[in-house]
Amino acid sequence: MKCRRCKAPAVIEVRRHNAGFCRDCFLHHCREQVKKTIEDFDMLQPGDRVLIAVSGGKDSLALWDILRDLGHDVDGLYLGLGIGEYSDESGDYARAYANERGAKLVEVDLPSDVGFDIPTGSRIARRAPCSACGLSKRHLFNQAAVDNGYDVVATGHNLDDEAAVLFGNVLRWSTEYLGRQLPVLPAGNGFVRKVKPLVRLGERETAAYCVLAGIDYQVEECPMAAGNRHLGYKEALNAIEEQSPGSKHAFYFGFLDKASPLFTPEAVAEQEQLVQCARCGTPTTSEVCAFCRLVERASQ
Amino acid sequence: MKVVLRNPRRELDIDGPMRVHALLARLEINRESVLVIKGDTLVTGDVQLRDDDEVEIRPVVSGGAR
Repeated sequence: MKCRRCKAPAVIEVRRHNAGFCRDCFLHHCREQVKKTIEDFDMLQPGDRVLIAVSGGKDSLALWDILRDLGHDVDGLYLGLGIGEYSDESGDYARAYANERGAKLVEVDLPSDVGFDIPTGSRIARRAPCSACGLSKRHLFNQAAVDNGYDVVATGHNLDDEAAVLFGNVLRWSTEYLGRQLPVLPAGNGFVRKVKPLVRLGERETAAYCVLAGIDYQVEECPMAAGNRHLGYKEALNAIEEQSPGSKHAFYFGFLDKASPLFTPEAVAEQEQLVQCARCGTPTTSEVCAFCRLVERASQ
Repeated sequence: MKVVLRNPRRELDIDGPMRVHALLARLEINRESVLVIKGDTLVTGDVQLRDDDEVEIRPVVSGGAR
């Protein structure tokens, strides 16, 4: 197979683009896809200070590398989740990337800074680990951005992540979530802007980007995520994609183009009901926000 | 050839030569969910692997409810 751009031998095939790429042209392809996403969705403005949520995995490290290459002012934030050896190794990958490239990495440690780790905290609070983890990340990333003067939080959600979440939300017609599933959430009500610049890249591409760019990342799966519903949706979508390349892209971008606006009124109505959390001031639909309730129960 | 699989890490010995896509089909692995790594680079499905090659089949699917 030849590279579509330069006709050199290809090292990766991207079937939904009906194309193969050599190393250099593939890295160029990834940067161009991210650049197009940022422009199409008006994600970043000149001078924006960007905080990227770095897990040590392929997506966030690829995103960090690409945003730096594109010239954005971007620092990393690593959140230690206290998931044993997995968290220790993940932190090492994030630190190694930052040290080797002279990038700034801010660290927050859930056990020592907040008072619980994900395995024990989720068990005590009787929440699914992935749910407690996602809730903690959303809260603490936003808090760190607000406290340190960042304009934007960027996350490494890729096309596969977004298609799988959409698949789950459509299966259950969770209209309250469908109205908020956007690649950009504007700032307001105590939240900084949130952007997902990788939505035009599949996770096979972000992993390939890291291998070809020489970025070491956490390859092992999070032990808490094994067997969860989200991974089952990804497997189902990959079975469809194998038969019909481009299906995930058509599903997600078709939703954004044709269906997402139908669910906007419900999302706007929910935003209008937000009040400040009595403990931390974060916007919430109840008196005390879900994160403060989690902290209270998990720290007992 | 030596084939390294991940999550959990294990090794298989498979007789070559064989093309990458045939190897994945034989192991019943969806090509959309992995990369095939040989040395420090990737290989496409049409590449012929020799009996003395060593490759890693690395899964790319990750994530909880993020």
